[in-house]
Amino acid sequence: MTKPALKGTDKIKGLVCRECGKEYPAVSLHVCDMCFGPLEVQYNYKTIKPRLTRKAIEAGPKSLWRYVDLLPIAGDPTVGLAAGFTPLVRAKNLGDELGLDKLYIKNDTVNHPTLSFKDRVVSVALTRARELGYDTVACASTGNLANSVAAHAAAAKMQCYVFIPHDLEASKVLGNLVYRPNVVEVEGNYDDVNRLCSEIAGEHKWAFVNVNIRPYYAEGSKTLAYEVVEQLGWDAPDHIVVPMASGSLLTKIWKGLNEFSKLGLIDRMATKVDGAQAEGCSPIAAAYKLGRDFFKPVKPATIAKSLAIGNPADGYYALKATAESGGAMDTVTDEEIIEGMTLLAQTEGIFAETAGGVTIGVLKKLVKQGLIKRTETTVALITGNGLKTQEAVMNAVGRPTRISPSLVDFQKTFGLGIHER
Amino acid sequence: MVKVRIPTPLRTLTGGKSEVEAPASDIQALIESLNGQFPGLKDRVCDDKGEIRRFVNIYLNEEDIRFLKGKHTPVKDGDEVSIVPAIAGGCEQGA
Repeated sequence: MTKPALKGTDKIKGLVCRECGKEYPAVSLHVCDMCFGPLEVQYNYKTIKPRLTRKAIEAGPKSLWRYVDLLPIAGDPTVGLAAGFTPLVRAKNLGDELGLDKLYIKNDTVNHPTLSFKDRVVSVALTRARELGYDTVACASTGNLANSVAAHAAAAKMQCYVFIPHDLEASKVLGNLVYRPNVVEVEGNYDDVNRLCSEIAGEHKWAFVNVNIRPYYAEGSKTLAYEVVEQLGWDAPDHIVVPMASGSLLTKIWKGLNEFSKLGLIDRMATKVDGAQAEGCSPIAAAYKLGRDFFKPVKPATIAKSLAIGNPADGYYALKATAESGGAMDTVTDEEIIEGMTLLAQTEGIFAETAGGVTIGVLKKLVKQGLIKRTETTVALITGNGLKTQEAVMNAVGRPTRISPSLVDFQKTFGLGIHER
Repeated sequence: MVKVRIPTPLRTLTGGKSEVEAPASDIQALIESLNGQFPGLKDRVCDDKGEIRRFVNIYLNEEDIRFLKGKHTPVKDGDEVSIVPAIAGGCEQGA
C-alpha cells in the first residue's frame, strides 16, 4: 500500500441497527437490544474518500485486502492474507450458448485457500475476532464456511469449533477434519444448527463468525463486487446474478456497488442485482414472485446444500436490494442445477459446485424471459468448487471408457481405423 | 384469556415470567393489554407507528401472523401466542 492503513475509529465509526438506527460501539454484537434488528458496520466515509482512488487500490496487494479501507478491521489484516482477487473470466462460449454478447464468470471456485467465496468473509471475520481478543472461533455452516473457518483457524493458531448438518457432502466433511478443528455434526438441518449456535454463542465467549461477529464477517462479501468492477476496467456491469442462501451475499454486493458509486470510483451505476435459488429451498425467490417483502420459512429439500437455508437471516434485505436495483429473482429444479453445472464445465472449463448450477440455471431463465438482454454486460457469481459436491453430478457425467493396453483395442473402441493416419 | 409466551430478552419486563395471560380480541389489542400489565413491552414489539417490528415474529397457535391478518388477526380464549425475536444470523423460530 502506498499510504499507511487507516486505524481504528478513523475508519470504523461503530455499529448501527439497520432497523431503528440505535448506535453501538464496534464490539462483538449482532442484534439490537431494543428492536432485535441486525447491526451493521458504520464507516467514516469522510476520512476514507480522499485517500481511496483507483490508483491507490491498484497499487495494493493482489488479494481482497487491496480494499482494506472499506473493510471493518481496526488495524492491519492478520488472517487470510491471500484470499480474494480471483479471476473474472470472459465467458464467450457460454455467452454464445445463452445468447449474451458480454458474459463474465467471477470465478471464486479458485479462492484461496478453501475454494469458495467464504475465504473472503472468514479472512475479515478472523482478523476482527483477533482484534476483539478472541482465541476461539466457531461457525454454523452448510459446509463451505466451515471449511474456510477450519483452515484459517489452523493457520492463525486459533481454537476452532465448526457446526454442520449431519447430511453434508463427503468432501465438505473431510475438508473440515483435515485441519483438526472440533467438527460437530448436528442431527438436523442448517436452520437447526444455526439456532443451536445462537444458544451456544450466548454461553461461551467464542467468536461465532456468522453469529456475534456477523456484522464484520458479512462485509467481506463486498469485495466480490469491488473486484468485478475493477476487473471490468472500473465499470459496473448491467447485471450481476447472485446465488442466495441467507441473502447476505446479494445484500452486500448491492452495498459494495453503491459504496463505489458514492465514493466516485465508478462513473455509472445502473447494475441490476438478480437473485438465484434452488426450487427446493426458495423462500426469498418465492416472496419475490408473490410481491411480498416478507417470506415464509421452508424445510429445505435440494441438492444445492450450500444454499439450503430455510429461514434466511437477510431475506428481507435481499428482496429490498433486488427491488431497488430493478433486478429479478428465479429458481431452478435439481435437474436444472445439474444441467447448469455441466453446461458451465463443458463450455468454460469451470467446475462449479451445485450453487454454481443454480446461478447458471437462473441466468439462462432470465435471458430467456428477456429480463437480461443480449447486449448487456452480465456477471455470474460462481462461489464454490465442484470437487466439493461430486455426489450431485456423479450420475450425470458418464463413465471412463475402459480398454486393454492395446492399440488395436483403442482404435476399435473409438472407431478409428489404422488407415486413417 | 389468551396465553402468551415471552422470549428471554423481554422477561425483564414480565418479572421473569416466561408465560403470561391477557384478555384480547385481536393481536393489536393483545399487545395493548400486555403493555398495560407490563409497561414498555409495546415499545419493544412495535415501532413508533405502532407496526409490529420486522425482526419480531408473532405466532398464533404456531402460525406466523404475517400469513394471517397481521396485527388485526383475531384471537379468542384459549389461543396461544408466541413472541419470538428473529435473530439475524441465528433465527429462533417457533414454526
